[in-house]
Amino acid sequence: MRKEVLFSGFGGQGVILASVILGRAAAVYENLYAVQTQSYGPESRGGASRAEVVISDEPIDYPKAITPDYAVFFSQEAYTKFLHTVKEGATVIVEKDLVPHRDTEFEERLKVIALPLTEIAEETTGLSLTMNILTLGILVGVTGIVGRESIEKAVRDAVPHGTEEINLRALRKGFELAEKLKP
Amino acid sequence: MRYPFPVGRSDFIQGDEAVARAAILAGCRFYAGYPITPASEIFEAMALYMPLVDGVSIQMEDEIGSIAAVIGASWAGAKAMTATSGPGFSLMQENLGYAVMTETPIVVVNMMRGGPSTGQPTFPAQGDLMQAVWGTHGDHMLIVLSPSTVQEAFDLTIRAFNLAEKYRTPVVILGDAELAHMRERVYIPNPDEIEVVNRKLPANEDEAKLPFGDPHGDGVPPMPIFGRGYRTYVTGLTHDESGHPRTVEPEVQQKLIGRIFRKILDHKDEIISYETFELDDAEIAIVSTGIVSRSAIRAVKMLRERGVRAGLLKLSTVWPFDFEVIEELAEQVRKIYVPEMNLGQLYHLVREGANGKAEVELIAKIGGEVHTPMEIVERVVG
Repeated sequence: MRKEVLFSGFGGQGVILASVILGRAAAVYENLYAVQTQSYGPESRGGASRAEVVISDEPIDYPKAITPDYAVFFSQEAYTKFLHTVKEGATVIVEKDLVPHRDTEFEERLKVIALPLTEIAEETTGLSLTMNILTLGILVGVTGIVGRESIEKAVRDAVPHGTEEINLRALRKGFELAEKLKP
Repeated sequence: MRYPFPVGRSDFIQGDEAVARAAILAGCRFYAGYPITPASEIFEAMALYMPLVDGVSIQMEDEIGSIAAVIGASWAGAKAMTATSGPGFSLMQENLGYAVMTETPIVVVNMMRGGPSTGQPTFPAQGDLMQAVWGTHGDHMLIVLSPSTVQEAFDLTIRAFNLAEKYRTPVVILGDAELAHMRERVYIPNPDEIEVVNRKLPANEDEAKLPFGDPHGDGVPPMPIFGRGYRTYVTGLTHDESGHPRTVEPEVQQKLIGRIFRKILDHKDEIISYETFELDDAEIAIVSTGIVSRSAIRAVKMLRERGVRAGLLKLSTVWPFDFEVIEELAEQVRKIYVPEMNLGQLYHLVREGANGKAEVELIAKIGGEVHTPMEIVERVVG
Protein backbone atom coordinates (compact mmCIF):
# COMPACT_ATOMS: atom_id res chain seq x y z
CA MET A 1 0.00 0.00 0.00
CA ARG A 2 1.54 3.28 -1.10
CA LYS A 3 -0.70 6.32 -0.80
CA GLU A 4 0.34 9.76 -1.94
CA VAL A 5 -1.27 12.95 -0.65
CA LEU A 6 -0.70 16.43 -2.05
CA PHE A 7 -1.46 19.61 -0.11
CA SER A 8 -1.13 22.89 -1.98
CA GLY A 9 -1.98 26.53 -1.63
CA PHE A 10 -0.10 29.65 -0.66
CA GLY A 11 2.19 30.34 2.29
CA GLY A 12 0.33 31.12 5.52
CA GLN A 13 -2.64 28.79 4.93
CA GLY A 14 -1.16 25.99 6.99
CA VAL A 15 -0.49 23.74 4.02
CA ILE A 16 2.74 22.41 5.50
CA LEU A 17 1.33 22.00 9.02
CA ALA A 18 -1.59 19.96 7.69
CA SER A 19 0.84 17.63 5.92
CA VAL A 20 3.02 17.29 9.03
CA ILE A 21 0.00 16.33 11.14
CA LEU A 22 -1.14 13.70 8.66
CA GLY A 23 2.37 12.22 8.42
CA ARG A 24 2.72 12.19 12.19
CA ALA A 25 -0.62 10.44 12.65
CA ALA A 26 0.50 7.69 10.27
CA ALA A 27 4.11 7.32 11.49
CA VAL A 28 3.70 7.74 15.23
CA TYR A 29 0.14 6.60 15.93
CA GLU A 30 -0.49 3.98 13.23
CA ASN A 31 3.03 2.57 13.03
CA LEU A 32 3.09 3.04 9.28
CA TYR A 33 5.94 4.46 7.23
CA ALA A 34 5.41 8.07 6.28
CA VAL A 35 7.44 10.78 4.58
CA GLN A 36 6.46 14.43 4.49
CA THR A 37 8.22 16.76 2.10
CA GLN A 38 7.61 20.35 1.19
CA SER A 39 8.63 22.88 -1.34
CA TYR A 40 8.28 26.58 -0.97
CA GLY A 41 9.98 29.80 -1.95
CA PRO A 42 11.96 32.06 0.37
CA GLU A 43 8.95 34.17 1.45
CA SER A 44 7.07 33.04 4.58
CA ARG A 45 3.64 34.23 3.40
CA GLY A 46 2.04 34.56 0.03
CA GLY A 47 4.30 32.40 -2.11
CA ALA A 48 3.20 29.11 -3.59
CA SER A 49 3.36 26.35 -1.02
CA ARG A 50 3.23 22.63 -1.66
CA ALA A 51 3.61 19.71 0.67
CA GLU A 52 3.41 16.00 0.10
CA VAL A 53 2.87 13.01 2.33
CA VAL A 54 3.61 9.45 1.26
CA ILE A 55 2.21 6.74 3.53
CA SER A 56 3.04 3.06 3.20
CA ASP A 57 3.14 -0.18 5.16
CA GLU A 58 6.68 -0.81 3.89
CA PRO A 59 9.81 1.39 3.82
CA ILE A 60 9.38 4.29 1.41
CA ASP A 61 11.99 4.57 -1.31
CA TYR A 62 11.15 7.53 -3.55
CA PRO A 63 9.84 10.11 -1.05
CA LYS A 64 7.84 12.37 -3.35
CA ALA A 65 4.33 12.08 -4.72
CA ILE A 66 4.30 10.94 -8.34
CA THR A 67 0.55 10.66 -9.01
CA PRO A 68 -1.32 11.68 -5.84
CA ASP A 69 -4.19 9.48 -4.65
CA TYR A 70 -5.54 12.40 -2.64
CA ALA A 71 -5.06 16.13 -3.17
CA VAL A 72 -6.01 19.39 -1.50
CA PHE A 73 -6.10 22.71 -3.37
CA PHE A 74 -6.32 25.96 -1.43
CA SER A 75 -5.50 28.37 -4.25
CA GLN A 76 -6.17 28.89 -7.93
CA GLU A 77 -2.45 28.82 -8.70
CA ALA A 78 -1.99 25.48 -6.97
CA TYR A 79 -5.11 24.03 -8.63
CA THR A 80 -4.09 25.12 -12.09
CA LYS A 81 -0.54 23.91 -11.63
CA PHE A 82 -1.09 20.54 -9.98
CA LEU A 83 -4.64 19.29 -10.64
CA HIS A 84 -3.57 17.36 -13.71
CA THR A 85 -0.90 15.41 -11.81
CA VAL A 86 -3.43 13.49 -9.68
CA LYS A 87 -4.35 9.87 -10.23
CA GLU A 88 -7.50 8.93 -12.14
CA GLY A 89 -10.27 8.58 -9.55
CA ALA A 90 -8.34 10.57 -6.93
CA THR A 91 -10.21 12.23 -4.08
CA VAL A 92 -9.68 15.97 -4.40
CA ILE A 93 -10.67 18.71 -1.94
CA VAL A 94 -10.98 22.24 -3.32
CA GLU A 95 -11.37 25.56 -1.44
CA LYS A 96 -14.27 26.64 -3.65
CA ASP A 97 -14.05 30.39 -2.98
CA LEU A 98 -10.35 30.58 -3.74
CA VAL A 99 -10.50 28.47 -6.90
CA PRO A 100 -12.98 30.19 -9.21
CA HIS A 101 -11.67 28.71 -12.46
CA ARG A 102 -12.13 24.95 -12.58
CA ASP A 103 -11.49 22.26 -15.17
CA THR A 104 -14.90 20.59 -14.97
CA GLU A 105 -14.09 18.10 -17.70
CA PHE A 106 -11.03 16.77 -15.88
CA GLU A 107 -12.89 16.81 -12.56
CA GLU A 108 -15.39 14.31 -13.93
CA ARG A 109 -12.69 11.66 -13.66
CA LEU A 110 -12.12 12.47 -9.97
CA LYS A 111 -14.03 12.50 -6.71
CA VAL A 112 -14.20 16.22 -6.06
CA ILE A 113 -15.25 17.86 -2.82
CA ALA A 114 -15.54 21.61 -3.38
CA LEU A 115 -16.55 23.64 -0.35
CA PRO A 116 -16.10 27.18 0.98
CA LEU A 117 -13.59 25.83 3.49
CA THR A 118 -12.39 29.15 4.87
CA GLU A 119 -15.95 30.28 5.49
CA ILE A 120 -16.92 27.02 7.21
CA ALA A 121 -13.80 27.21 9.40
CA GLU A 122 -14.65 30.79 10.34
CA GLU A 123 -18.22 29.79 11.23
CA THR A 124 -17.08 26.76 13.23
CA THR A 125 -14.25 28.20 15.31
CA GLY A 126 -14.31 31.93 14.65
CA LEU A 127 -10.86 31.54 13.10
CA SER A 128 -10.44 31.20 9.36
CA LEU A 129 -6.91 29.95 10.13
CA THR A 130 -8.33 26.60 11.24
CA MET A 131 -9.28 25.88 7.62
CA ASN A 132 -6.31 23.54 7.21
CA ILE A 133 -7.37 21.38 10.18
CA LEU A 134 -10.99 21.35 9.02
CA THR A 135 -9.76 20.08 5.67
CA LEU A 136 -7.72 17.34 7.38
CA GLY A 137 -10.91 16.26 9.11
CA ILE A 138 -12.72 16.01 5.78
CA LEU A 139 -9.79 14.17 4.16
CA VAL A 140 -9.45 11.63 6.95
CA GLY A 141 -13.21 11.27 7.34
CA VAL A 142 -13.79 10.58 3.65
CA THR A 143 -10.72 8.46 2.86
CA GLY A 144 -9.90 6.70 6.15
CA ILE A 145 -6.22 7.06 5.25
CA VAL A 146 -5.49 7.16 9.01
CA GLY A 147 -7.80 6.62 11.97
CA ARG A 148 -9.71 9.50 13.53
CA GLU A 149 -8.12 8.89 16.91
CA SER A 150 -4.62 9.02 15.40
CA ILE A 151 -5.23 12.29 13.60
CA GLU A 152 -6.70 13.80 16.79
CA LYS A 153 -3.57 12.86 18.72
CA ALA A 154 -1.35 14.25 15.98
CA VAL A 155 -3.31 17.52 15.95
CA ARG A 156 -2.80 17.83 19.71
CA ASP A 157 0.96 17.25 19.28
CA ALA A 158 1.46 19.71 16.48
CA VAL A 159 -0.70 22.78 17.01
CA PRO A 160 0.43 25.66 19.25
CA HIS A 161 -0.17 25.13 22.95
CA GLY A 162 -3.53 26.53 24.01
CA THR A 163 -5.13 26.10 20.58
CA GLU A 164 -5.76 22.35 20.88
CA GLU A 165 -9.49 22.55 21.56
CA ILE A 166 -10.24 25.07 18.86
CA ASN A 167 -8.33 22.98 16.32
CA LEU A 168 -10.04 19.78 17.42
CA ARG A 169 -13.38 21.52 16.94
CA ALA A 170 -12.37 22.29 13.36
CA LEU A 171 -11.18 18.71 12.86
CA ARG A 172 -14.45 17.24 14.13
CA LYS A 173 -16.45 19.57 11.94
CA GLY A 174 -14.47 18.06 9.09
CA PHE A 175 -15.42 14.53 10.21
CA GLU A 176 -19.07 15.65 10.35
CA LEU A 177 -18.97 17.07 6.82
CA ALA A 178 -17.29 13.90 5.60
CA GLU A 179 -20.18 11.79 6.91
CA LYS A 180 -22.61 13.81 4.80
CA LEU A 181 -20.34 13.68 1.76
CA LYS A 182 -19.86 9.91 1.80
CA PRO A 183 -21.86 8.15 -0.88
CA MET B 1 20.77 11.76 32.31
CA ARG B 2 17.48 13.15 31.09
CA TYR B 3 17.16 14.09 27.45
CA PRO B 4 15.08 16.99 26.18
CA PHE B 5 13.35 14.71 23.66
CA PRO B 6 11.80 11.24 23.93
CA VAL B 7 14.24 8.32 23.64
CA GLY B 8 13.57 4.63 23.05
CA ARG B 9 10.68 5.34 20.68
CA SER B 10 9.91 6.51 17.17
CA ASP B 11 9.18 10.09 16.26
CA PHE B 12 8.23 11.99 13.11
CA ILE B 13 10.88 14.66 12.62
CA GLN B 14 12.91 16.54 10.04
CA GLY B 15 16.38 15.50 8.90
CA ASP B 16 17.78 18.61 10.59
CA GLU B 17 16.13 17.72 13.88
CA ALA B 18 17.42 14.14 13.63
CA VAL B 19 20.98 15.44 13.21
CA ALA B 20 20.63 17.62 16.32
CA ARG B 21 19.18 14.83 18.49
CA ALA B 22 21.80 12.34 17.31
CA ALA B 23 24.59 14.81 18.07
CA ILE B 24 23.34 15.18 21.63
CA LEU B 25 23.07 11.42 22.10
CA ALA B 26 26.60 11.04 20.68
CA GLY B 27 27.84 13.39 23.39
CA CYS B 28 27.99 16.71 21.54
CA ARG B 29 27.91 19.53 24.08
CA PHE B 30 29.04 22.49 22.00
CA TYR B 31 27.39 23.96 18.95
CA ALA B 32 28.36 27.16 17.17
CA GLY B 33 26.61 28.32 14.05
CA TYR B 34 25.22 31.00 11.84
CA PRO B 35 21.68 30.55 10.51
CA ILE B 36 21.27 29.52 6.89
CA THR B 37 18.54 27.76 4.92
CA PRO B 38 18.21 24.75 4.92
CA ALA B 39 20.34 24.02 8.01
CA SER B 40 18.84 26.60 10.40
CA GLU B 41 16.60 24.02 12.07
CA ILE B 42 19.71 22.21 13.35
CA PHE B 43 20.75 25.42 15.06
CA GLU B 44 17.21 26.02 16.37
CA ALA B 45 17.13 22.54 17.90
CA MET B 46 20.60 22.95 19.40
CA ALA B 47 19.69 26.35 20.87
CA LEU B 48 16.70 24.69 22.52
CA TYR B 49 18.37 21.48 23.70
CA MET B 50 21.91 22.48 24.67
CA PRO B 51 21.05 24.43 27.85
CA LEU B 52 19.01 21.42 28.98
CA VAL B 53 21.98 19.03 28.76
CA ASP B 54 24.53 21.43 30.26
CA GLY B 55 25.88 22.19 26.81
CA VAL B 56 26.52 25.43 24.96
CA SER B 57 24.99 26.70 21.73
CA ILE B 58 26.14 30.05 20.43
CA GLN B 59 25.53 32.16 17.37
CA MET B 60 28.79 33.42 15.91
CA GLU B 61 29.35 36.42 13.65
CA ASP B 62 29.68 34.18 10.60
CA GLU B 63 30.61 30.66 9.51
CA ILE B 64 34.35 31.34 9.78
CA GLY B 65 33.87 32.12 13.44
CA SER B 66 31.51 29.16 13.86
CA ILE B 67 33.98 26.52 12.80
CA ALA B 68 36.78 28.30 14.68
CA ALA B 69 34.72 28.16 17.89
CA VAL B 70 33.97 24.50 17.31
CA ILE B 71 37.69 23.71 16.90
CA GLY B 72 38.46 25.60 20.11
CA ALA B 73 35.70 23.79 21.99
CA SER B 74 37.05 20.46 20.85
CA TRP B 75 40.51 21.28 22.26
CA ALA B 76 38.77 22.23 25.49
CA GLY B 77 37.42 18.69 25.60
CA ALA B 78 33.89 19.04 24.20
CA LYS B 79 32.46 17.13 21.31
CA ALA B 80 31.52 19.93 18.97
CA MET B 81 29.52 20.50 15.79
CA THR B 82 28.53 23.22 13.37
CA ALA B 83 26.04 23.07 10.51
CA THR B 84 25.60 25.16 7.40
CA SER B 85 24.84 25.14 3.70
CA GLY B 86 26.85 25.98 0.58
CA PRO B 87 27.73 29.66 1.15
CA GLY B 88 28.68 29.00 4.77
CA PHE B 89 30.55 25.83 3.86
CA SER B 90 32.69 27.88 1.47
CA LEU B 91 33.59 30.22 4.33
CA MET B 92 34.51 27.26 6.52
CA GLN B 93 37.06 25.82 4.12
CA GLU B 94 40.13 27.50 5.58
CA ASN B 95 39.41 26.29 9.10
CA LEU B 96 38.35 22.87 7.87
CA GLY B 97 41.97 22.54 6.73
CA TYR B 98 43.10 23.85 10.10
CA ALA B 99 41.08 21.09 11.78
CA VAL B 100 42.73 18.51 9.50
CA MET B 101 46.22 19.88 10.21
CA THR B 102 45.69 20.15 13.97
CA GLU B 103 43.87 16.78 14.02
CA THR B 104 40.86 18.20 15.79
CA PRO B 105 37.76 16.00 16.06
CA ILE B 106 34.79 18.06 14.87
CA VAL B 107 31.61 17.41 12.90
CA VAL B 108 30.60 19.79 10.11
CA VAL B 109 27.16 19.38 8.54
CA ASN B 110 26.50 20.77 5.07
CA MET B 111 22.85 20.59 4.01
CA MET B 112 23.44 21.21 0.32
CA ARG B 113 21.32 23.63 -1.70
CA GLY B 114 21.57 24.86 -5.27
CA GLY B 115 24.71 26.87 -5.95
CA PRO B 116 27.20 28.34 -6.63
CA SER B 117 26.96 31.45 -4.45
CA THR B 118 23.60 31.95 -2.72
CA GLY B 119 21.91 29.97 -5.51
CA GLN B 120 18.64 28.24 -4.59
CA PRO B 121 18.31 28.42 -0.79
CA THR B 122 15.24 26.21 -0.41
CA PHE B 123 16.08 23.59 -3.03
CA PRO B 124 18.30 20.50 -2.77
CA ALA B 125 21.47 19.82 -4.74
CA GLN B 126 24.61 17.70 -4.54
CA GLY B 127 26.99 20.27 -5.93
CA ASP B 128 29.34 20.35 -2.92
CA LEU B 129 30.58 16.80 -3.08
CA MET B 130 34.00 17.65 -4.49
CA GLN B 131 34.19 20.70 -2.24
CA ALA B 132 33.66 18.55 0.85
CA VAL B 133 36.54 16.35 -0.23
CA TRP B 134 38.93 18.88 -1.74
CA GLY B 135 37.58 22.32 -0.76
CA THR B 136 40.36 23.28 1.58
CA HIS B 137 43.83 23.81 0.22
CA GLY B 138 46.81 21.53 0.46
CA ASP B 139 47.10 17.76 0.62
CA HIS B 140 44.66 16.56 3.18
CA MET B 141 42.48 13.68 4.28
CA LEU B 142 39.15 13.74 6.02
CA ILE B 143 35.94 11.73 6.19
CA VAL B 144 32.72 12.57 4.33
CA LEU B 145 29.42 10.78 5.03
CA SER B 146 26.17 11.10 3.11
CA PRO B 147 22.72 10.07 4.43
CA SER B 148 19.64 9.43 2.27
CA THR B 149 16.87 9.09 4.86
CA VAL B 150 16.05 10.82 8.13
CA GLN B 151 16.97 7.62 9.99
CA GLU B 152 20.33 7.60 8.22
CA ALA B 153 20.80 11.28 9.06
CA PHE B 154 20.41 10.25 12.70
CA ASP B 155 22.59 7.14 12.49
CA LEU B 156 25.35 8.73 10.42
CA THR B 157 25.56 11.72 12.76
CA ILE B 158 26.35 9.38 15.63
CA ARG B 159 28.84 7.61 13.39
CA ALA B 160 30.37 10.97 12.39
CA PHE B 161 31.11 11.82 16.02
CA ASN B 162 32.52 8.36 16.67
CA LEU B 163 34.80 8.52 13.61
CA ALA B 164 35.90 12.07 14.44
CA GLU B 165 36.84 11.03 17.98
CA LYS B 166 38.44 7.75 17.00
CA TYR B 167 40.64 9.17 14.25
CA ARG B 168 41.07 12.73 15.56
CA THR B 169 39.75 14.19 12.35
CA PRO B 170 37.04 16.48 11.03
CA VAL B 171 34.07 14.60 9.61
CA VAL B 172 31.72 16.22 7.10
CA ILE B 173 28.08 15.15 6.81
CA LEU B 174 26.69 15.95 3.38
CA GLY B 175 22.92 16.17 3.43
CA ASP B 176 20.70 18.25 1.18
CA ALA B 177 17.74 20.61 1.43
CA GLU B 178 15.25 17.83 0.72
CA LEU B 179 16.55 15.64 3.54
CA ALA B 180 17.03 18.60 5.86
CA HIS B 181 13.37 19.57 5.71
CA MET B 182 11.86 16.14 5.10
CA ARG B 183 9.95 14.61 7.99
CA GLU B 184 10.05 10.90 8.38
CA ARG B 185 9.63 8.23 11.00
CA VAL B 186 12.87 7.80 12.86
CA TYR B 187 13.72 5.60 15.81
CA ILE B 188 15.49 7.54 18.55
CA PRO B 189 17.29 4.88 20.59
CA ASN B 190 17.90 4.75 24.30
CA PRO B 191 21.43 5.90 25.17
CA ASP B 192 22.40 2.33 26.14
CA GLU B 193 21.55 1.15 22.62
CA ILE B 194 24.15 3.49 21.11
CA GLU B 195 27.87 2.88 20.83
CA VAL B 196 29.66 6.11 21.73
CA VAL B 197 33.39 6.47 21.08
CA ASN B 198 35.52 8.97 22.96
CA ARG B 199 38.91 10.27 21.89
CA LYS B 200 42.13 8.82 23.29
CA LEU B 201 43.59 10.94 26.06
CA PRO B 202 47.29 10.87 26.99
CA ALA B 203 47.94 7.96 29.32
CA ASN B 204 50.98 9.64 30.85
CA GLU B 205 53.21 12.67 30.60
CA ASP B 206 55.34 11.20 27.81
CA GLU B 207 52.30 10.81 25.60
CA ALA B 208 51.06 14.28 26.52
CA LYS B 209 54.35 15.79 25.39
CA LEU B 210 53.85 14.36 21.89
CA PRO B 211 50.30 15.39 20.94
CA PHE B 212 51.18 14.81 17.26
CA GLY B 213 53.17 11.62 17.71
CA ASP B 214 52.16 8.05 17.11
CA PRO B 215 52.73 6.17 20.37
CA HIS B 216 50.28 3.38 19.56
CA GLY B 217 51.31 2.81 15.93
CA ASP B 218 47.79 3.41 14.62
CA GLY B 219 48.58 6.92 13.40
CA VAL B 220 46.20 8.49 15.93
CA PRO B 221 47.92 10.44 18.72
CA PRO B 222 46.23 10.84 22.10
CA MET B 223 44.79 14.35 22.40
CA PRO B 224 45.63 16.42 25.47
CA ILE B 225 42.81 18.65 26.67
CA PHE B 226 43.43 22.32 27.43
CA GLY B 227 43.20 23.03 31.14
CA ARG B 228 43.97 19.51 32.27
CA GLY B 229 47.56 20.02 33.21
CA TYR B 230 49.58 19.85 30.01
CA ARG B 231 51.11 22.64 27.96
CA THR B 232 50.19 22.00 24.34
CA TYR B 233 51.19 23.89 21.23
CA VAL B 234 48.61 23.81 18.43
CA THR B 235 49.41 25.35 15.04
CA GLY B 236 48.37 25.14 11.42
CA LEU B 237 52.01 25.40 10.45
CA THR B 238 53.81 22.17 9.68
CA HIS B 239 54.82 20.83 13.08
CA ASP B 240 56.77 18.04 14.70
CA GLU B 241 55.43 15.46 17.15
CA SER B 242 55.55 17.97 20.00
CA GLY B 243 53.41 20.41 18.00
CA HIS B 244 56.09 23.03 17.44
CA PRO B 245 56.44 24.62 13.99
CA ARG B 246 59.09 23.04 11.74
CA THR B 247 58.39 24.49 8.33
CA VAL B 248 61.61 24.12 6.37
CA GLU B 249 62.46 20.43 6.70
CA PRO B 250 60.80 18.37 3.95
CA GLU B 251 60.82 15.21 6.09
CA VAL B 252 58.75 16.85 8.86
CA GLN B 253 55.98 17.74 6.38
CA GLN B 254 56.23 14.31 4.76
CA LYS B 255 55.94 12.53 8.10
CA LEU B 256 53.05 14.65 9.39
CA ILE B 257 50.91 14.64 6.25
CA GLY B 258 51.83 11.03 5.61
CA ARG B 259 50.47 10.06 9.02
CA ILE B 260 47.31 12.16 8.57
CA PHE B 261 46.62 10.21 5.35
CA ARG B 262 47.66 6.88 6.85
CA LYS B 263 45.50 7.09 9.96
CA ILE B 264 42.41 7.26 7.71
CA LEU B 265 43.47 5.10 4.77
CA ASP B 266 44.87 2.28 6.93
CA HIS B 267 41.45 2.00 8.50
CA LYS B 268 39.35 2.62 5.42
CA ASP B 269 37.68 -0.78 5.59
CA GLU B 270 36.24 0.23 8.91
CA ILE B 271 35.38 3.77 7.79
CA ILE B 272 33.82 3.01 4.42
CA SER B 273 30.22 1.87 4.46
CA TYR B 274 27.81 1.18 1.65
CA GLU B 275 24.65 -0.78 0.96
CA THR B 276 23.78 -2.92 -2.01
CA PHE B 277 20.36 -3.62 -3.45
CA GLU B 278 19.69 -6.38 -5.99
CA LEU B 279 23.33 -6.37 -7.11
CA ASP B 280 24.02 -10.14 -6.97
CA ASP B 281 22.99 -10.99 -10.53
CA ALA B 282 22.98 -7.43 -11.89
CA GLU B 283 24.28 -6.57 -15.33
CA ILE B 284 23.38 -2.90 -14.95
CA ALA B 285 24.50 -1.04 -11.83
CA ILE B 286 23.50 2.30 -10.43
CA VAL B 287 25.95 4.01 -8.08
CA SER B 288 24.58 6.85 -6.00
CA THR B 289 24.79 8.66 -2.70
CA GLY B 290 22.39 10.72 -0.60
CA ILE B 291 18.78 11.48 -1.45
CA VAL B 292 19.04 10.34 -5.10
CA SER B 293 19.61 6.78 -3.85
CA ARG B 294 15.93 6.63 -2.95
CA SER B 295 14.91 7.30 -6.54
CA ALA B 296 17.52 4.78 -7.61
CA ILE B 297 16.06 2.02 -5.41
CA ARG B 298 12.66 2.60 -6.98
CA ALA B 299 14.25 2.71 -10.44
CA VAL B 300 15.88 -0.68 -9.81
CA LYS B 301 12.50 -2.16 -8.82
CA MET B 302 10.91 -0.71 -11.97
CA LEU B 303 13.74 -1.99 -14.17
CA ARG B 304 13.48 -5.48 -12.66
CA GLU B 305 9.74 -5.46 -13.46
CA ARG B 306 10.71 -4.82 -17.07
CA GLY B 307 13.15 -7.71 -17.03
CA VAL B 308 16.32 -5.61 -16.75
CA ARG B 309 18.77 -7.09 -14.26
CA ALA B 310 19.62 -3.85 -12.46
CA GLY B 311 21.08 -3.26 -9.01
CA LEU B 312 22.22 -0.42 -6.79
CA LEU B 313 25.37 0.44 -4.88
CA LYS B 314 24.50 3.15 -2.39
CA LEU B 315 27.49 4.90 -0.83
CA SER B 316 27.10 6.09 2.77
CA THR B 317 30.77 7.08 2.94
CA VAL B 318 31.78 9.38 0.11
CA TRP B 319 35.37 9.86 1.29
CA PRO B 320 37.64 7.98 1.60
CA PHE B 321 36.33 6.55 -1.65
CA ASP B 322 36.23 2.82 -2.25
CA PHE B 323 37.80 2.62 -5.70
CA GLU B 324 38.28 -1.16 -5.34
CA VAL B 325 34.61 -1.92 -4.81
CA ILE B 326 33.77 0.10 -7.93
CA GLU B 327 36.36 -1.81 -9.94
CA GLU B 328 34.89 -5.14 -8.77
CA LEU B 329 31.46 -3.89 -9.74
CA ALA B 330 32.75 -2.81 -13.16
CA GLU B 331 34.08 -6.33 -13.70
CA GLN B 332 30.63 -7.76 -12.98
CA VAL B 333 28.29 -5.42 -14.84
CA ARG B 334 27.97 -4.16 -18.39
CA LYS B 335 27.30 -0.57 -17.52
CA ILE B 336 27.23 1.73 -14.51
CA TYR B 337 24.88 4.73 -14.25
CA VAL B 338 25.59 7.56 -11.84
CA PRO B 339 22.55 9.75 -11.09
CA GLU B 340 23.47 12.85 -9.13
CA MET B 341 22.07 16.32 -8.49
CA ASN B 342 24.92 18.19 -10.14
CA LEU B 343 26.61 18.22 -13.52
CA GLY B 344 29.03 15.40 -12.71
CA GLN B 345 31.12 14.90 -9.56
CA LEU B 346 30.62 11.40 -8.13
CA TYR B 347 30.66 10.29 -11.77
CA HIS B 348 34.36 11.10 -12.09
CA LEU B 349 35.24 9.06 -9.01
CA VAL B 350 33.19 6.12 -10.26
CA ARG B 351 34.83 6.33 -13.68
CA GLU B 352 38.25 6.27 -12.08
CA GLY B 353 37.21 3.26 -9.98
CA ALA B 354 35.70 1.42 -12.97
CA ASN B 355 39.09 1.69 -14.61
CA GLY B 356 37.69 1.13 -18.10
CA LYS B 357 36.16 -2.23 -17.19
CA ALA B 358 32.59 -1.03 -17.67
CA GLU B 359 31.04 1.94 -19.38
CA VAL B 360 30.05 4.68 -16.91
CA GLU B 361 27.26 7.11 -17.73
CA LEU B 362 26.30 10.23 -15.84
CA ILE B 363 22.62 11.07 -15.20
CA ALA B 364 22.97 14.71 -14.20
CA LYS B 365 20.17 16.88 -12.90
CA ILE B 366 20.23 20.40 -11.48
CA GLY B 367 17.49 22.91 -10.70
CA GLY B 368 16.25 21.73 -7.34
CA GLU B 369 14.27 18.55 -7.93
CA VAL B 370 15.40 15.07 -7.03
CA HIS B 371 15.52 12.72 -10.05
CA THR B 372 12.26 10.88 -10.46
CA PRO B 373 12.66 7.09 -10.67
CA MET B 374 11.27 7.29 -14.22
CA GLU B 375 14.04 9.65 -15.30
CA ILE B 376 16.60 7.04 -14.28
CA VAL B 377 14.65 4.16 -15.84
CA GLU B 378 14.30 5.99 -19.15
CA ARG B 379 18.02 6.59 -19.38
CA VAL B 380 18.78 2.94 -18.69
CA VAL B 381 16.27 1.45 -21.14
CA GLY B 382 16.93 4.20 -23.70
